[in-house]
Amino acid sequence: MNALTARLGQNKNLVAAVVCLGVAALLPLFLDPLSNVTDNFITAGAYVVMALGLNIVVGFAGLLDLGYVAFYAIGAYTTGWFASDHFSSINGEKGIHIGAGEFASHLPGIHLNFLLVMLVAVIIVGIAGMLIGLPTLRLRGDYIAIVTLAFGEIIYRFAVNGDEITFADGYKLTNGRQAIAPVDAIDLPGFGGFDSAFDLRPYFWFVLVLVALVLFVNFRLRDSRLGRAWIAIREDEVAAASMGVPLVKTKLLAYATGAAFGGISGAFLGSYQASVQADQFKFGFSIFVLAMIILGGLGSIWGVVLGAVLLSFINTYFIPDVFNGVPHKLGLDFDLTILNFGIFGFLILIVMVLRPQGLLPERRRAMELTEGVGVDDATFEVRAP
Amino acid sequence: MSSDAATAAPEGRLSNSLREAASRYGLIAVLLALPVYLAITDLASKGTLTDLGNNLVLGLSNGAIFALIALGYTLVYGIIELINFAHGEVFMIGSFVAFGLWGNLGLHEGMGTVGLVLGLLAAMLLAMCVCGVLNVMIERVAYKPLRSAPKLAPLITAVGFSFILQNVGVLWLGSSPASVPDLVDQSHVLLDVGGVRIHNGDLLAIAVTAPLVFLLTTFISRSRLGKAMRATAQDPDAARLMGINVNTTISMTFLLGGMLAGAAGLMNLLYQTSIWYFQGFTAGLIAFTAAVMGGIGNLKGAVLGGLIIGCIQQIADNRIGAEWTTAVVFAYLVLIMVFRPQGLIGEVTREAG
Repeated sequence: MNALTARLGQNKNLVAAVVCLGVAALLPLFLDPLSNVTDNFITAGAYVVMALGLNIVVGFAGLLDLGYVAFYAIGAYTTGWFASDHFSSINGEKGIHIGAGEFASHLPGIHLNFLLVMLVAVIIVGIAGMLIGLPTLRLRGDYIAIVTLAFGEIIYRFAVNGDEITFADGYKLTNGRQAIAPVDAIDLPGFGGFDSAFDLRPYFWFVLVLVALVLFVNFRLRDSRLGRAWIAIREDEVAAASMGVPLVKTKLLAYATGAAFGGISGAFLGSYQASVQADQFKFGFSIFVLAMIILGGLGSIWGVVLGAVLLSFINTYFIPDVFNGVPHKLGLDFDLTILNFGIFGFLILIVMVLRPQGLLPERRRAMELTEGVGVDDATFEVRAP
Repeated sequence: MSSDAATAAPEGRLSNSLREAASRYGLIAVLLALPVYLAITDLASKGTLTDLGNNLVLGLSNGAIFALIALGYTLVYGIIELINFAHGEVFMIGSFVAFGLWGNLGLHEGMGTVGLVLGLLAAMLLAMCVCGVLNVMIERVAYKPLRSAPKLAPLITAVGFSFILQNVGVLWLGSSPASVPDLVDQSHVLLDVGGVRIHNGDLLAIAVTAPLVFLLTTFISRSRLGKAMRATAQDPDAARLMGINVNTTISMTFLLGGMLAGAAGLMNLLYQTSIWYFQGFTAGLIAFTAAVMGGIGNLKGAVLGGLIIGCIQQIADNRIGAEWTTAVVFAYLVLIMVFRPQGLIGEVTREAG
């Protein structure tokens, strides 16, 4: 009986996924290939991938990561390094080309096919995730948050000041605020090159495939032994350890997997925006992604998808396009866009106080989060360390 | 505050005390590495230590401001084991309030000493009150409803609040740094000891911080409310059973922390002669590093940590390049959190495992 309901539950997710992705896949047919709306959908797709990654670390394993932007940065820079003319004089100015597209294969610098870039990004970012996770293994709670935040800021500093760091033949680590550009467009074997100047829709379908893959991996991971171990750690680390959950391995895998998704998304965004600029990687972005998963529901996969799409559209459409003039209409002299992070801050504050389980809560996590919230005669929980 | 309920490692075992000594002196060695290295290179290249001396003077006075902010972190952490992430922004609002008052009080450069001192005192008191009340309000809105929720929840609301306050700053004075009148002529050299210069600003920073710290420690160790705070820090449940109003005590702690941040805000204004909505984020994280360095929950530790981090920050600003300063400070933060989370003079806490 249990197996049956479990299977039904899985099928429900499968049906939902097929319906959602199917509808989404047909959507671009009705959109202008170059419109802002298409662009907004593509960005939203990339943010969904990122939010699902952070959800593994924060939602499943309960490790608050405030430096998630680091993985976005490293993923984007992987594209910047391996799919542009950044290392322009390598190989006697002839460049290195592996599966590069028609146009890129005549340019100097390293040019890998985007699929290879993604693979490299996953490896580099996964390792970076473990390295950043390693020092936090002994820590708990808010200390993890601060250490990850510190790493995020250190990586941001390296991104901004990377043009001062040179190695080998005077190659810069990054171009700082100057941006590494242009980055190669995606060129898939069998599909030809994408060209964002003529048609954005291939990017849309590409990011949709990414979302589908990441969703699949997320569901499978959640229901796997590893996923249960993450949830066990989140609920009670000591109990999990005494039940035989290997803490070090399990936590590091959470960091690495979560980071890898961030890296994939970063690599995609780097290629899609055709430039990698340091100021994209500010602390605020970590909070932006965190706000997505909190709004949707910590630990709830569908909730996170919803939260990411919602916040992405609030950020790229509602604030700048729809409500931007509102303060002027009220007689105030500013644009709403300068307040976007305040709006996100307000959202996470409100959600956390009034509905900590988020819009589409996951049952188990909701129980943990709402337990004791709003009890007026505040009781102190004296938990054993 | 220092006597946290956390279980300290069993004393007396040789290996434990050895490890304890190794990590404490290790931290001190790491902290000394940079200045000692610079001292040697300075002596070798210029034959004098005045540069380093100047760095340290500026560092200490800068550190005094960080110490005031760090005290707020450590007070709150000591009592409810929560990192008040919005504290840096409270400090920033303190600067903004003080700056607003300057205009209203008619303070300007080159005015008479008596008027200036009185005006600044009034501005400081008002900024302290506003920040104290703001901090209490943050506690009521963002932390109190979540007191028994998982640790994640109040930290997230704290981050949310800090973004809201930053945007208040943006609306108030715009999104780029602005310079403010140099009321106290802060870079005027007051004293020159063999090339090491002490400025007006340095004297002021110490002259304001020292009495405030003294008042705070006296308040906590002598007054009834201070006693209640210490009791609540040790064991909130037992404290309530003893008739202490825990909620009031916690609010009081936030009030004190906010007031110190307000004072720091005014000092920062006089000292840096600039104001920016983002100043609270960086200063808050640096001050938090200071609190952790000293041992979070420990008042003396926060002051010590603040002074040390001020020196590190100055040295990094001066010798490595200001654009790398935050990276250097955060590298120290990570090192300390990983290898000696209890800090220089703190004890083992729950977070530090």
